[in-house]
Amino acid sequence: MHAVCSVRAVENALGIEIPLNAVIMRNLIEAAQYIQDHPVHFYHLHALDWVDIVSALSADPAATSDLAQSISDWPKSSTDYFAAVQAKVKAFVETGQLGPFANAYWGHPAYKLPPEANLMAVAHYLEALDWQRDIIRIHAVLGSKNPHLQTYLVGGMALAVDPNSPAVLNIERISLLTKLFTKGLEFVKQVYIPDLLAVASFYKEWASLGTGHGNYLAYGDFPLGVGDPTTHPELLYLPRGIILNKDLSTVHPVDQSKIAEYVTHSWYEYAGGDGTSLHPWEGETRPKYTGPQPPYKFLNTGEGDKYSWLKSPRYEDQPMEVGPLARMLVAYASPDAPGHASVKEKVDAVLAHLDVGPEALFSTLGRTAARGIETWVIAEAALEWLDQLTANLKTGDLRVHSGELWDPSKWPAQAQGFGMTEAPRGALGHWVQIEDGHIKHYQCVVPSTWNAGPRDGNGQRGPYEAALIGTPVADPEQPLEILRTVHSFDPCMACAAHIVDAEGQEIVSIKIQ
Amino acid sequence: MPNEAGGLRETLAQRGVSRRDFLKFCSAMTAVLALPPRYMPRVVEALETATRPPLLWLEYQDCAGNTESLLRASKPTVAELILDVLSLDYHETVMAPAGHQAEKSLMDTVEAYKGQYLVVVEGSIPTKDGGIYCTIGGHTALDLVQEIGGNAAAIITVGTCAAYGGIPAAAPNPTDAVGVRDVVKGVPIINLPGCPMNVQNLTAVIVHYLTFGAWPATDQLGRPLFAYGSRIHDDCERRAHFDAGQFVEEWGDEGHRKGWCLYKMGCKGPETFHNCPIVRWNDGTSWPVGAGHGCVGCSEPAFWDTMSPFYRRLPSVPGFGVEATADKVGLGIVAGVAGAFALHGVASAVRAKARPLNKTKVEVEEE
Ligand code: SF4
Repeated sequence: MHAVCSVRAVENALGIEIPLNAVIMRNLIEAAQYIQDHPVHFYHLHALDWVDIVSALSADPAATSDLAQSISDWPKSSTDYFAAVQAKVKAFVETGQLGPFANAYWGHPAYKLPPEANLMAVAHYLEALDWQRDIIRIHAVLGSKNPHLQTYLVGGMALAVDPNSPAVLNIERISLLTKLFTKGLEFVKQVYIPDLLAVASFYKEWASLGTGHGNYLAYGDFPLGVGDPTTHPELLYLPRGIILNKDLSTVHPVDQSKIAEYVTHSWYEYAGGDGTSLHPWEGETRPKYTGPQPPYKFLNTGEGDKYSWLKSPRYEDQPMEVGPLARMLVAYASPDAPGHASVKEKVDAVLAHLDVGPEALFSTLGRTAARGIETWVIAEAALEWLDQLTANLKTGDLRVHSGELWDPSKWPAQAQGFGMTEAPRGALGHWVQIEDGHIKHYQCVVPSTWNAGPRDGNGQRGPYEAALIGTPVADPEQPLEILRTVHSFDPCMACAAHIVDAEGQEIVSIKIQ
Repeated sequence: MPNEAGGLRETLAQRGVSRRDFLKFCSAMTAVLALPPRYMPRVVEALETATRPPLLWLEYQDCAGNTESLLRASKPTVAELILDVLSLDYHETVMAPAGHQAEKSLMDTVEAYKGQYLVVVEGSIPTKDGGIYCTIGGHTALDLVQEIGGNAAAIITVGTCAAYGGIPAAAPNPTDAVGVRDVVKGVPIINLPGCPMNVQNLTAVIVHYLTFGAWPATDQLGRPLFAYGSRIHDDCERRAHFDAGQFVEEWGDEGHRKGWCLYKMGCKGPETFHNCPIVRWNDGTSWPVGAGHGCVGCSEPAFWDTMSPFYRRLPSVPGFGVEATADKVGLGIVAGVAGAFALHGVASAVRAKARPLNKTKVEVEEE
């Protein structure tokens, strides 16, 4: 995602338009990222906050089969299948080496699923592991390898296309892509969405917990035609916009000049003083660690304390939540956007199934549901984009790169630009300044910084901190409930979040996965 | 306690994996390890009787790219790897517990299996200012890797950052990031550089260990020879075009569409040792040169500094310039592995002079 954002920033600075084939290939790669990454988050990084593996051992496989068949046509749903999964899990537990599942919160009172739902989810945890490995081959076909694709170029893409050549993206490879995208959509529709609805129906109280500020920012993404997506938001399938204070009646436009970052509580210093904020083009990144010397037990998070390596990005001085929920809310409330109809149809279907209103979206559960809805929307759209690519190749257009400005000696002496994308975890922006063919200044403002950043110069909390206020915790030593909300944002880091009680005493520190 | 009674074969049988599939896996591993086929019975026997060694996966200055790579494992799959082959007792990204409970899992294994557990490290270790640039649970990465790694049976570094400092160590290396070998001594360390590492090589190293009770032979950079013993350029499917002087001149041109050599587009295959062209990526689906983009040399130390600009062709040292005729270029480059090391040394030294020296670059020069 950083790769596409960085080339967009330079393309924006130099005024380069990339060919349609490259536009579509970028969309397909990003779509595959969502289709693979969101289910991995749900099954492998978030599900165990809701699913008790140990409880699955006491499930009745026949009842599990009934449950699975009542919610989906997915073929792997026989009594024998679930009995075999259960036997495998049992054999694993009996080895006594629980590996990554040791010391977890099994049996915690906040787990609400019946044993059969737990067994079904464990089976799909294992199935999803195999499925994601196959789906992500889309990235190898279009971008050489995953992780860390090597294909993005300023001006286009490095994968040549030619229906009649053996060494490039040809008809054989396009049919492989069709097969993989179809397999992706099937799993999303028949496994991920039904599981999401089944789990959510047992945890409806989480539809009113974990809200936070109620401000949402989406840069939008997936341009449907040729043109600089950062300056032509009307091209975007998922639209750009801002929703303030949970008010879905108005979508505000995004003006990148209103973005600025504070370091008041971050371990950095600004030449102009730490109470000020700076736009990314003026941004400074000078570390200034003031925390305790390790090893330490606690960080101080008081008024004058710095306590994070993250800065605090703000839009017009307001904290903003970014991510699938922000994207789905902005699309839901933007009737003119190309993706609006598909988003609205699916959001309404999910709300109706759970028998809740749109206000339920502003929550921990809403965040997790929006991620699933978005996967469904994008998995459907990706098959259309693949058709769009084939149709364009049929016209004889084999261009993948605009090379007029490939040689830096042709660049103006000075240029500046910004690139905007929507990473799976949310709005991602890169700001670049170029001088004499070199990068003079570069700043990234990334999704987890928007969501997880500390308090700003005005004392306002970031989205994580705000969302955690009021979370009930049954057992402070086993803060499963905290994990639910933090994980619902899909954090992109391994670090420690420190939860402080009313007296300023740290009650527990949590490793964010 | 490890499952003393049954080996991998038995566990796999319980999980419904047929003997045929198991043998297929063993033969694939024998091939990845570049062992003669007669070794296959030994691989089979070792895997049939092995117990699950505990493995601790430590992440420091990293992007989780190697963790993502782990999830792409297919021979065996990641589920088999963590349920049947190893006991993955600590991995921040995939483990179920968090916070104190996660730290408990870590310390339980360190205490119970001292000197026996395996450690995988992902990410570099910052050493500046007492190590404050990466702390977990209030402890620095430096202290943690020395204590946990120092008591391991062996350490496998995954990715160029853990092996050599990687991107965090790129000039000007603001946190004085280093690789594990620079700070942990007295424990065997196998380096699997790459951005990220190819999980098939990680699996093969572990299978080698379980099969022979020893680590695979390595080069002077600590990289297993089976995976890093030959140059990308020598195994590349586009090599015939290089030798024939057929080069891509512009992205999307006729040569690009015909799969010609990417040397002029900046390919670093002639300076890079890795088995990408042979095992490829994502179940053999493709690899950078195969998908039209040059190699960026990501498995070489300090690649971020020494291999960039990525799209500028390798410098024209005598015999290697594209200005020379294609024949001469071909002859010059096939001079052999020793020649390639020398070339690497020359190129690194030339570039290091053009930039302020830092620790990592000096090391490269010495090599
Ligand atoms: S220069 Fe690169 S593309 Fe050309 S043959 Fe060598 S490794 Fe292959």
